[in-house]
Amino acid sequence: MSAIYVLWLRELKRYVRSRVQIIVSLGQPLLYLLVLGFGLGPVFQRAGNGSYLQFVAPGVIGMTVLFSSIFSGLGLLWDRQFGFLKETLVAPVPRIQIMIGRTLGGATVAVIQGTIVALICLLAGFRPANWATAPLVLLFMVLIAIVFAALGVAIGSSLQDMQGFQLIMNFLVMPIYFLSGALVPLTGLPKILSWITSADPLAYGIDGMRSVLLIGMTHFGAATDLAVLVVVGAILLVVGAYRFSKIQI
Amino acid sequence: MIRVQNLVKTFGTFTAVNDVSFDVDEGEIFAFLGPNGAGKTTTIKMLITLLTPTSGSIELDGLNPQVKQNEARRRFGIVFQDPSLDGDSSAWENMEIHGVLYHVPHKLRRQRMEDLLKLFELWDRRNDAVKKFSGGMKRRLEIARGFLHTPRILFLDEPTLGLDPQSRNQLWSHVKKVNETEKVTVFLTTHYMDEAERVAHRVGVIDHGKLVAQGTPKAIKEQTGTETLEEAFLALTGSTIRDESAGSADQMRQFAKMWGGNKR
Repeated sequence: MSAIYVLWLRELKRYVRSRVQIIVSLGQPLLYLLVLGFGLGPVFQRAGNGSYLQFVAPGVIGMTVLFSSIFSGLGLLWDRQFGFLKETLVAPVPRIQIMIGRTLGGATVAVIQGTIVALICLLAGFRPANWATAPLVLLFMVLIAIVFAALGVAIGSSLQDMQGFQLIMNFLVMPIYFLSGALVPLTGLPKILSWITSADPLAYGIDGMRSVLLIGMTHFGAATDLAVLVVVGAILLVVGAYRFSKIQI
Repeated sequence: MIRVQNLVKTFGTFTAVNDVSFDVDEGEIFAFLGPNGAGKTTTIKMLITLLTPTSGSIELDGLNPQVKQNEARRRFGIVFQDPSLDGDSSAWENMEIHGVLYHVPHKLRRQRMEDLLKLFELWDRRNDAVKKFSGGMKRRLEIARGFLHTPRILFLDEPTLGLDPQSRNQLWSHVKKVNETEKVTVFLTTHYMDEAERVAHRVGVIDHGKLVAQGTPKAIKEQTGTETLEEAFLALTGSTIRDESAGSADQMRQFAKMWGGNKR
């Protein structure tokens, strides 16, 4: 247990210390929130869908959690590059504990980032339908964070060096984000596209947050969202742990 | 303590370690010598559970490290050839993480961390991030960390690379001390033949993945009819310079390897 704790603490300390990185990583969600939120607002309203800022805020929160958690999982590649990974891999601790410590650390950081963006959304004028749903929003953030931190570890274990990073970014992370319904409603999509979006775990996370923050605005239904995230999270944790246990250097 | 039989490791068509067998007794200091790219580090990686051998068998204290990974890992400590520190953490935190991972009890851990950081003259900089350290300081920290828990077997993979004579001296006298007082078995590799001659009870010479000689430094010198271990080493391995650098073909291979799973 103490091994999980030190590795979790390490991720947290790294996050708190890299102040520049905190600001940089908040920049992108802010850009989406402000530029799209205010820029597309009038069009969205004219189409009869209500306030775009209200609609996009959960999407931007979900995006923050996605990016932050998947990058922390891929942080494995940095540790491989700089050698620290070896140190943890030869330690007399089951690798599953090392993997869990890293994943939980990354997920915790992602939830903190998501919370900061949620507060910024409030400043920008976002208002939830009911403040009492805050714990449920947090729950969805935690689930999204675990799903993608585990995915990051699974991918990070299979890649050998940093060159793969751009590939993952362009062909996995960005599609997950754009197909999740973070920026556009999922209703009324062409059939093939709607199949693809329903295979995107982030879609359920964002839909879940929307369904509790803006009561009634949901595509899959909150119970389905929750169930899908829990199942996918569990599967990815197992896959990540397995891939991690097979790393050779 | 260490028993290696007919060990082979191939990467694709390249054979890094080719049918190597040796034994290291308990309490012995064994130096594993060889030119660049001879297979020293690959052998160590197989011994410390980071690589799976292609064929052959390994026993550490009677345990097969492939089957009983955690029990085997509990028995050894390692100072790696290349860096393995967490640059974003401080020297103190690096030691702390190591101590926790190796189950060193809290009170003993703090005491030993202080002693070792002082011994390797890093105490004043203990709260600085490791990425700000010079090469020599990082090296000293890696070594200090390697001594934090008391393993039964200590692997030192070119530990003195980039160290000044003072630190080198400090290191070898500490190695000798733990070897004598705590009966720690030491398995080391180095390019400095004088060091091997000074500390090692027995040496093994590996070249092109094959073990070409093993025995006491004295026996090896007699076998080759030379005065020093350095001359004996050159007599055994020849004087051509080995090339480890990556050519374009290697880089292509590396790119392919990126998606090729866990081959290395």
